[in-house]
Amino acid sequence: MIYREAGQFKSTYASDQAIFPIVQDRWVVLALLAAAVVVPTALGSDYWLQAVLIPFLIYALAALGLNVLTGYAGQLSLGTGGFMAVGGYAAFKLATAFPGLNILAVFVLSGLVAAGVGLIFGIPSLRIKGFYLAVATLAAQFFLSWLFNKVAWFSNYAPSGTITAPARTVLGVMVTGPNATPGARYAVAIGVAIVFALLVKNLVRGRVGRAWMAIRDRDIAAEIIGVRPLRTKLLAFGISSFLCGIAGAEYVFLYLGSAETQAFDINLSFLVLFMVIIGGLGSVLGSFLGAAFIVMVPIFLANAPHALGLYMPVALQKQLELMVFGGLILFFLIVEPNGLARLWQITKEKLRLWPFPH
Amino acid sequence: MLSLLHAVFVAPFLDMAGAPTFLAEVLIGGIAAGLMYSLVALGFVLIFKASGVFNFAQGVMVLFAALTLVGLMEMGLPVAVALLATVAVMVALAFGIERVVLRPLVNQAPIILFMATIGLTFVLEGFGEMLWGANVKKLDVGIPDESFKVAGILLNKLELTAAGTAAVLVAVLAVFFQRTRIGRALRAVADDHEAALSIGIPLKTIWVVVWSVAGLVAIVTGIMWGAKSGVQFSLSLIALKALPVLILGGFTSVPGAIVGGLIVGTGEKLGEVYWGPLVGGAIENWFAYMLALVFLVFRPQGLFGERIIERV
Repeated sequence: MIYREAGQFKSTYASDQAIFPIVQDRWVVLALLAAAVVVPTALGSDYWLQAVLIPFLIYALAALGLNVLTGYAGQLSLGTGGFMAVGGYAAFKLATAFPGLNILAVFVLSGLVAAGVGLIFGIPSLRIKGFYLAVATLAAQFFLSWLFNKVAWFSNYAPSGTITAPARTVLGVMVTGPNATPGARYAVAIGVAIVFALLVKNLVRGRVGRAWMAIRDRDIAAEIIGVRPLRTKLLAFGISSFLCGIAGAEYVFLYLGSAETQAFDINLSFLVLFMVIIGGLGSVLGSFLGAAFIVMVPIFLANAPHALGLYMPVALQKQLELMVFGGLILFFLIVEPNGLARLWQITKEKLRLWPFPH
Repeated sequence: MLSLLHAVFVAPFLDMAGAPTFLAEVLIGGIAAGLMYSLVALGFVLIFKASGVFNFAQGVMVLFAALTLVGLMEMGLPVAVALLATVAVMVALAFGIERVVLRPLVNQAPIILFMATIGLTFVLEGFGEMLWGANVKKLDVGIPDESFKVAGILLNKLELTAAGTAAVLVAVLAVFFQRTRIGRALRAVADDHEAALSIGIPLKTIWVVVWSVAGLVAIVTGIMWGAKSGVQFSLSLIALKALPVLILGGFTSVPGAIVGGLIVGTGEKLGEVYWGPLVGGAIENWFAYMLALVFLVFRPQGLFGERIIERV
């Protein structure tokens, strides 16, 4: 009844190819974005910002990066943590070496560094596919975290090997370092997330994205119709690592404050992969939904027994959490292997017909 | 520059030639570790061959089997009874996994099945620790962990036993695959699911059998690793070490898993002892992956894997 596009005529190609062709969608999304920028910055409690919203945005960016590679270009990667580590350490080195450089420029530059590393580790993808490639990307994961751990230059010879985010400002507001308010850090995170989500959305519905999907669906057929596998795959690796690198830089600068290589271990890679799978492979919206799900579930599981008035030993609760988390992943894969984004699509279809389903 | 080349390409080999006994000990240590990797990789290969599922949960199945065995033995059961009970538990687990996880996911993309086994990893890990506790346990099945010398080379009884067990296990599996009716059915399913179904091979039964066999391999692996370094959470991480072994050997080859394990085990130890000091040590974590990566560029299907033929 409310959600209906009858009477909305598209008279130009531009309006037909808009990201949100339906007027209602456009307004809702704009309103949601405005609310997402304004409300938490102004009103959000420090706990919500620090423990839920900031990590959500950072993970969503990393998931977006992995989704470009795995969901759109079809190259399975388990090295996300490694590429995020490159971003984090590059941002640290750049920020300490050039104190005058704007922190946003530092983020972008560290993303470029990560993209370079991603290109190198993407080269084997030209020869190998599927799970063989996944294991090859594990080489990136383990080698990179060993490198950052062993070579003291990366952590500016800190005896503990820890990198700490220096204090930096954007437009006069402190956004990194121990004195930055969660609100300011959130504002930066959401700004970055919106810009890159828009960028990726436009990339995947253009020529580049179609080339990626052709490679994903049938690489030989794609090659025959003129898609160049070398360029297309490496571009996917580059852009994916670029996004993961920025997410890694934010992970250190906006979320953790200080980090060691353990923060970027194999579990982080799996976590991001879970977000992509649960959110929906090959969907920008899915990256965000998946990240929200994976961030919220552990918090919910940790608090649920308390809310129900159950008291249990910490160890038991940890084990139960693990089991429920694994069980939920299995449940989602069985019920909807195409992810939360697909569920949202189905809801929209239903909503268009509601309340007259015929 | 010249001294660097010398340090990389000449000095390690001089060291090797200078102390042959030490080299032999390093090699034997590497082979022993490699056999352990092979055992884990074997479990992967079995399941991948028969169902095309890349089973990330193999490592945690090893942990779960070892935990169950130790837990039952701590309850006062004799070794033989505890072992039988553990076998029963692993078979029951195979039935459960087939019913709850695999059957609803038939015909899904391989990556979805792979993610499902990661979910399974979490469930089994939590479940095992909830049942049997999370502390390190000592597993003692009567194999002495002592060393003796043969011709000046230090040998370890436990490692020798492990090597013997691995050899026996591979022989038994080879006979099982080549000579028995079920083995033939398993190979048929591995070749072509639909063709196997059409000549009346029950796919569900085959899956249960394969997961049970993988469970049995997990028990053997768990006993060997557990006797060597105690039953603890880190056991489940050896799954990650088994991945480069798989790549080297090929995902579909049982002998490949063994040879790959030996290459990774010895390569890792040699690299760590002779080249590790050049870059600050601890290269064991990634050496195997890099080896596998370089290897893959030249031979994408692994040493013994089936040739990948692409049809348009």
